[in-house]
Amino acid sequence: MIALEKRPQPARGWVIGAPLLAVVLTMIAGGIMFAALGKDPVGAIRIIFWDPLFSEQFSGYSRPQLLVKAGPLILIAIGLSLGFRAGIWNIGAEGQYIVGALCGAAFGLAFWPSTHPLIFPGMVLAGLLGGVLWAMIPALLRVYARTNEILVSLLLVYVAEAMLASAATGWLRNPEGAGFPGSRNLARHAGTDNPELIAGTGMHWGVLAAFVAVIMAYVIMTRHVLGYQIRLAGQAPRAARFGGVNAGRLVILCMGVSGALAGMAGLFEVAGPAGRISIDFNVGYGFTAIIVAFLGRLNPIGILLAGLLLALTFIGGELAQLMLGIPAPAIQAFQGMLLFFLLALDVLANYRVKLKRRVAA
Amino acid sequence: MKLLPKFLTSAALAVGLAMPAFAQDPFKVGFIYVGTPGDYGWTYEHDQARLAVEATYGDAVETVYLESVPEGADAERSITQMILGGADMIFTTSFGYGEATNAVAARFPDVYFEHATGYMREHANVSTYNARFYEGRAVLGHIAGQMTESNIIGYIGSYPIPEVIQGINSAFLHARAVNPDVEFRVVWAYTWFDPAIEADAAQALIDAGADVIMQHTDSTAPQTVAQEAGIISFGQASDMIQFAPRPRVASIIDNWAPYYIRRVGEAMNGTWTQSDIWEGMPEGMVVIGELTEAIPAEVRASAQEMIDALKAGTYHPFTGPINKQDGSPWLAAGEVADDGTLLGMNFYVEGITGDIPN
Repeated sequence: MIALEKRPQPARGWVIGAPLLAVVLTMIAGGIMFAALGKDPVGAIRIIFWDPLFSEQFSGYSRPQLLVKAGPLILIAIGLSLGFRAGIWNIGAEGQYIVGALCGAAFGLAFWPSTHPLIFPGMVLAGLLGGVLWAMIPALLRVYARTNEILVSLLLVYVAEAMLASAATGWLRNPEGAGFPGSRNLARHAGTDNPELIAGTGMHWGVLAAFVAVIMAYVIMTRHVLGYQIRLAGQAPRAARFGGVNAGRLVILCMGVSGALAGMAGLFEVAGPAGRISIDFNVGYGFTAIIVAFLGRLNPIGILLAGLLLALTFIGGELAQLMLGIPAPAIQAFQGMLLFFLLALDVLANYRVKLKRRVAA
Repeated sequence: MKLLPKFLTSAALAVGLAMPAFAQDPFKVGFIYVGTPGDYGWTYEHDQARLAVEATYGDAVETVYLESVPEGADAERSITQMILGGADMIFTTSFGYGEATNAVAARFPDVYFEHATGYMREHANVSTYNARFYEGRAVLGHIAGQMTESNIIGYIGSYPIPEVIQGINSAFLHARAVNPDVEFRVVWAYTWFDPAIEADAAQALIDAGADVIMQHTDSTAPQTVAQEAGIISFGQASDMIQFAPRPRVASIIDNWAPYYIRRVGEAMNGTWTQSDIWEGMPEGMVVIGELTEAIPAEVRASAQEMIDALKAGTYHPFTGPINKQDGSPWLAAGEVADDGTLLGMNFYVEGITGDIPN
């Protein structure tokens, strides 16, 4: 009989080994699915995991695109991970991402067509503040009215989406756009653009910010008293209170930081890869970042890797659709398998598997 | 930064490899879909046209497609990867791909681009094409106005863009022409394809008293809701014939196949030039599907007359006198709307209640 025995500490080997095993299991299960669809399983796996990184035909373009896709995911997930560790559940990063983009874009458009060098920094600041502002609503309501921040932050996403639609069709609409919805293009205008910092690398300010956020989060969590308070509040809320951690302040801080990073991610996206405010501007980075945060075990380095891995399956999955005609839902199922195995194998890190002999009754 | 030169060379290599099209290679045509071919609506029709291209040119062409591509940053990557995969021509089949199409077109001047329902042609290798859906909407409005008993017609709009507003205005004018008591209720779904939202919108309209549902969104969900409620509806983008004879009593079909076949042929033999076409019922880009026996015979007959006139080009759905919603005159008696005004249409005509989201 198989029994699970809780480990006092997560097993070090499995913390690293489980994700690797999960990837291998995904390849096997996904390969079986692709074969059942009548597609070459080995070819499909190679296209998803190998070609975006190393094929001559695609990698020159897709390697930079990995950073473009992973950048906002990592930036948002880092912010979320601080709160998640402390038991503060900001599920509404998508909304903070939208409001950040709206505020940042509005700032840039307010000075149109100026190309003053301070415009872009101002946009970043406006995006950051927009995200903080949107995150403060659930934060303050939790602290002062004891509402549930999961529900409030999530529902505010839909409010933000309505604001986005009204901005794209109304107050931020391009006056020279022939009546079509959508703002002016910020990415094609010097002064408001978030360009590639080094041509051909995909590295824009947002990707750089994501890397900086990873390092900062690592330092805070391992070296700073705030990191200690966050971990304590998450693991033992009562002990934290006795230990002098101000729970309300921690909620406001964690929500504020995650809102700020999500807002900045929105601004970098609207001024860079997306180019402008449109009704469909948000494509779910704020929600996918929740997966990235947990996939990375709420650890900054883990989040960095998880963001890159998820971006790889997006881009590789698209190539597999293109080159082998694998249907999009099969690719989504494949991504789902990866998440499933990763989370399922967590059990190996936290529990010891023991074979027990059945005792006669 | 030691990696950088390597990045650049491989990028250059990749681009270089994609460019030369060898004579024996099939001409590769890529399609970017906003939904899935299984929507039985907008994307379904584009996919039918893709298959028609394959059927016409056989081994001389190869087609690929990517489905459910978001309109925004992802589109640019999808198109680029398609070209790196060898595509010689790209059809981007939704309005929201305009910027991405033009951005990629700048980097690949030897690839042909066709962008549906847009207006941006920033490079010589980008054409745009659109259909005069409002012609078909006139016929649907004509039928709806006579079949409604509650005198309330529900209309599911996708986005408040000129194309959709043209359709609402055209349907309303022709419903009012045959039924002075008719009213329109418009619900904006802010999506092209989301069966759940579309079903909710249809139900909300029915709850508000509508007994006819028109839709400018792509799924068949409103048809299902209409069927359950026992009211009537119209097929959108594709025939949706599986819902005939009721609730679907007629349909407005987008028929892209002739255009796609023509343009792919031109690209293959080198006669392709940049163009901006806007074709309707005379050219066969907009088609009215079978009028079912659920429609009273005399209504069917008058609808057929209107179809014939539209096909012959002798009738324009926007023929004055028409006032704007605020009562100010738009078209004088006998005057016909010009394309420029229609393409930027951002106002309702007189008689429609409610505001366009702004």
